Amino acid sequence: MSRLRDWTELELGQQGRVLQVVRAPADVLSGPGAEVDPTAPEVVRLAADLVATMRVSPGCVGLAAPQVGVSARVFCVDVSAHPKTREHHGTFVLCNAEVVESSRNEKAREGCMSVPDLTGDVKRASRILVRGRLPGSGEEVEVRAEAFEARALQHEIDHCAGLLFLDRVAGAHAVYARQTYL
Amino acid sequence: MTDQLHAITVLGHDRPGIIAETTSRLAVLGLNLEDSTMTLLRGHFAMMLLGSGTASGAAIEDALAPLTSDGTLSVTVRAVVADESSASGGTPWILSVHGGDRPGIVSSVVGEVARVGGNITDLTTRLSGELYVVIAEIVLPAGVDPATLDAAIQRVARELGVGASLRVAEADDL
Repeated sequence: MSRLRDWTELELGQQGRVLQVVRAPADVLSGPGAEVDPTAPEVVRLAADLVATMRVSPGCVGLAAPQVGVSARVFCVDVSAHPKTREHHGTFVLCNAEVVESSRNEKAREGCMSVPDLTGDVKRASRILVRGRLPGSGEEVEVRAEAFEARALQHEIDHCAGLLFLDRVAGAHAVYARQTYL
Repeated sequence: MTDQLHAITVLGHDRPGIIAETTSRLAVLGLNLEDSTMTLLRGHFAMMLLGSGTASGAAIEDALAPLTSDGTLSVTVRAVVADESSASGGTPWILSVHGGDRPGIVSSVVGEVARVGGNITDLTTRLSGELYVVIAEIVLPAGVDPATLDAAIQRVARELGVGASLRVAEADDL
């Protein structure tokens, strides 16, 4: 666990590029991403690009490869600066991640940089165990996440599977036009 | 011909297939459905939708006329001006009110919202036995103090003998 908390993007050994964030509708957002080789140089570069793009996007707590136009199972997360965050693991990137345990569903309203004008009520587990691989070394890690970080992880893992929050909204009247813009 | 936006309502006795029939008739006219909403109100079918296309209002009415032939559904069609909801700069809130049914709950509570310039963007009310429930999505303009509005709503709610809560509806951006 501390392996993940100690991880920083410095391990990637390169400064990422800021990429354009893709907005729905776009095929790349609605098809499952490809499994990746986490040790491949292009995957390490993608990881650096995701972190760099997340860093320059106001309020952004996570970004998945499909959101920068790459159909791959890679995402970054950093909820440390978010006011709703309690426990967190700082910045990290996971490849080929999956939720292996989940419990305690909670409903909350979500927005997404790739669906900028809508929000929706989505029920997600508030306690999860996620397994994935670190970019570069390829080592397998597990992260036990709660509350807001758990929600962010599930949102990004969904992106990697080609799912948007729109695929999980709680009902026909649970999608809303956004009233304020970041 | 340029595209014209039409507001269409379909109201009446519910049965399976109303939406399929309505939308297929509109599709034949090449009408592009934009925003729509549909629900059942005490079992009555209620749908409103905005469609854009080159079809005239009269052509849309003609196309939907078969829906009304048995007298259980009524359809209205009227041209509307495209009116994009603008970025208001306000903040979204959810107002919940629930309590014993009595006249004036909605009008009294939303009156307080209107007084401060709050705009209701979604509203559902349900009567279930004696229980009356109001859920409203509200945009409060910048400069309105939610605590002051909440106090006003609580005062009205006490007079009505109902419970009310106002909470922020801010979405988590992920």
